[in-house]
Amino acid sequence: MVDVPPPRRRIEPPATVSTAVILTRGLTRTYQAGDVAVHALRGVDLRIEAGEYVAVMGPSGCGKSTLMNTLGCLDSPTGGVYELLGRDVSRLTPDELATVRNRTLGFVFQDFNLLPRTSAIENVELPLLYSSVPPAEQRPRARAALARVGLAGREASTPTQLSGGQQQRVAIARALVTEPALLLADEPTGNLDSQTSIEILALLREQHARGLTIVMVTHDDEVGAQAERLLLMRDGTVVEDRRQRPRSGAPA
Amino acid sequence: MKLWLVTIRLALRSLRRNPLRSGLTSLGVIVGVGAVISMVSLGQGARAALQEQIASVGTNMVMIFPGTTTTGGARAGWGSGKRLTVGDARAIERQIEGLHGVSYHRRDVAQVQAGGANWTTTIWGVPPGYSRVREWPVAAGEFISQTQNDTAAKVAVLGTSVAAQLFGEGVDPVGATIRIKDVPFQVIGLLTSKGQSAYGQDQDDAVFIPFTTAERKVLGTQNLGTVDMIQVSMASQNDEPWVVEQLTDLLRQRRRIQPGQDDDFGIRTMSEMAETADTMARVMSNLLLAIASISLLVGGIGIMNILLVSVTERTREIGIRMAVGAKARHILAQFLCEAVTLSAAGGIAGIAIGIGVSHVISRVSGWPTLVSPLAVVGSFLFSAAVGVFFGFYPARKASRLNPIAALRHD
Ligand SMILES: Nc1ncnc2c1ncn2[C@@H]1O[C@H](COP(=O)(O)OP(=O)(O)OP(=O)(O)O)[C@@H](O)[C@H]1O
Ligand SMILES: [Mg+2]
Repeated sequence: MVDVPPPRRRIEPPATVSTAVILTRGLTRTYQAGDVAVHALRGVDLRIEAGEYVAVMGPSGCGKSTLMNTLGCLDSPTGGVYELLGRDVSRLTPDELATVRNRTLGFVFQDFNLLPRTSAIENVELPLLYSSVPPAEQRPRARAALARVGLAGREASTPTQLSGGQQQRVAIARALVTEPALLLADEPTGNLDSQTSIEILALLREQHARGLTIVMVTHDDEVGAQAERLLLMRDGTVVEDRRQRPRSGAPA
Repeated sequence: MKLWLVTIRLALRSLRRNPLRSGLTSLGVIVGVGAVISMVSLGQGARAALQEQIASVGTNMVMIFPGTTTTGGARAGWGSGKRLTVGDARAIERQIEGLHGVSYHRRDVAQVQAGGANWTTTIWGVPPGYSRVREWPVAAGEFISQTQNDTAAKVAVLGTSVAAQLFGEGVDPVGATIRIKDVPFQVIGLLTSKGQSAYGQDQDDAVFIPFTTAERKVLGTQNLGTVDMIQVSMASQNDEPWVVEQLTDLLRQRRRIQPGQDDDFGIRTMSEMAETADTMARVMSNLLLAIASISLLVGGIGIMNILLVSVTERTREIGIRMAVGAKARHILAQFLCEAVTLSAAGGIAGIAIGIGVSHVISRVSGWPTLVSPLAVVGSFLFSAAVGVFFGFYPARKASRLNPIAALRHD
């Protein structure tokens, strides 16, 4: 008998020992608008721990949306490193990014981005269609997510039959339905009146209280002031990182 | 597996959302497939009918027609020239070997009476060999005998349609008396049924009497000894070229045609006619099929056009789907599935319409049609393929969108 050597076992490098949900180093994003290069991000270094609630503020055009889109894996950085939950996602293939968006992230947009002429429940179900959740579980999970944002009973309503605040609730339910580790919200109340904005912010705080990590862009100073941590951006960089209150989830 | 189920559901949902547009998009394929099915059915029907008719005449048959005359460059049709004679037929029988039989006929339309019933039909004056040459046996009684022909006996053999008209369905007419142009004839036989010819002509609507009787007592004594046509059946179809050559030589010689002069008679073999008919039918089918395929192609382009519009219109939807985790292949599958659903549904509708149309055509015009299962399956698969082919480009275009660019689209 011939001795067969045992198969060589691949030794995986240990994952970065870190509780950071987001870790970026020198993140840049340059848009090519014709002949001119627009440097929307000029080296962002960021570390956001699990359970944080971070507000991002800054003048228009300073790169807040660009940062959010990059953190949300909707866009790839031009340079730098982005580690999401200890995994370098800055060089993933489009398919791998899709999986990250589906499993790990929830995104809430200023203009809701619901599918038109599609019922609330079907909108919420959408991420599950592309997930590994068994088909039989999809409906109940979507229903539970709608209930979580206070829209039980409105499953059949289409976006045009819902108010702006309700539409944003549907969008939040859609972001939450996959139980993501991180919720990114780019001006989620930008299109809403002040009363509705308060309700939506309360809803987000409620989710945060349940342990969800949230990064949110806002133009509202008051909202920014309430956040545990505030990032101030200018010209594609974070110019100030202000911890305003102790982390609610962190040990004292 | 699951992906496809979801995708089909998505496709159906988005197509249902715009039923008028979906219907109009499919219309090209519906018309195309409908045209293919009905055209192929028509072609196949014509071919089958021709083949059946040719088989009913017998493929070993050679037919000789009196020729054409050319007067001042204008050629008249067959039969306008010098007539063929019984003598020609006899000479053929005597001098050419390897023949199964030689027959000839003269015919005319006349009224036939039996008891109170009367019926207008074709009277055929034929020699005893006719039944054998045409491979057309009797069902009851006997066919005309040599003696009966020699003595110009007043006997008749009926086709089944004539018998049914005069004596009723299923009644054996043998032994009865009929009157042809007021001359009494004794019925001695009933032929088996040969059915309709390709042109809807009932071959069983005929009465056969001895040739000599026909020329002397029924069809008139002018042109005595001449025939309308001579039919020769060969022992084997392989002999055909040889037999045709012999026949040509013999007839040219008997009719004193100088070398270099054209034949004043025509020889047609059934296999040649079958081939011609088949080629014509096939050319016809292919032509119809080509026209129908063009409309299918146009239908496919229609689908592509609508899908391209739809991709542009739904760029935001694509962006949303990608933002929540749809991969390029999900988007590709969704749009491809929409295309195939549109074209396949159009295909099914087209098949139904095509079958309906071919039934209507055969009902209204009397042309035979034959819905071929191959055409049905083929055009369904082809229409699905049209969907894949014309849907692929728009689908790929959709799947290659960048999520953030798609989301920003308005
Ligand atoms: N697709 C693009 N192509 C070219 N330049 C772009 C593109 N998207 C953004 N930019 C530019 O990048 C810079 C940052 O834009 P970004 O949308 O991130 O700003 P923002 O901070 O979100 O602004 P606002 O508060 O108005 O939403 C701006 O100068 C903008 O013009
Ligand atoms: Mg912005």
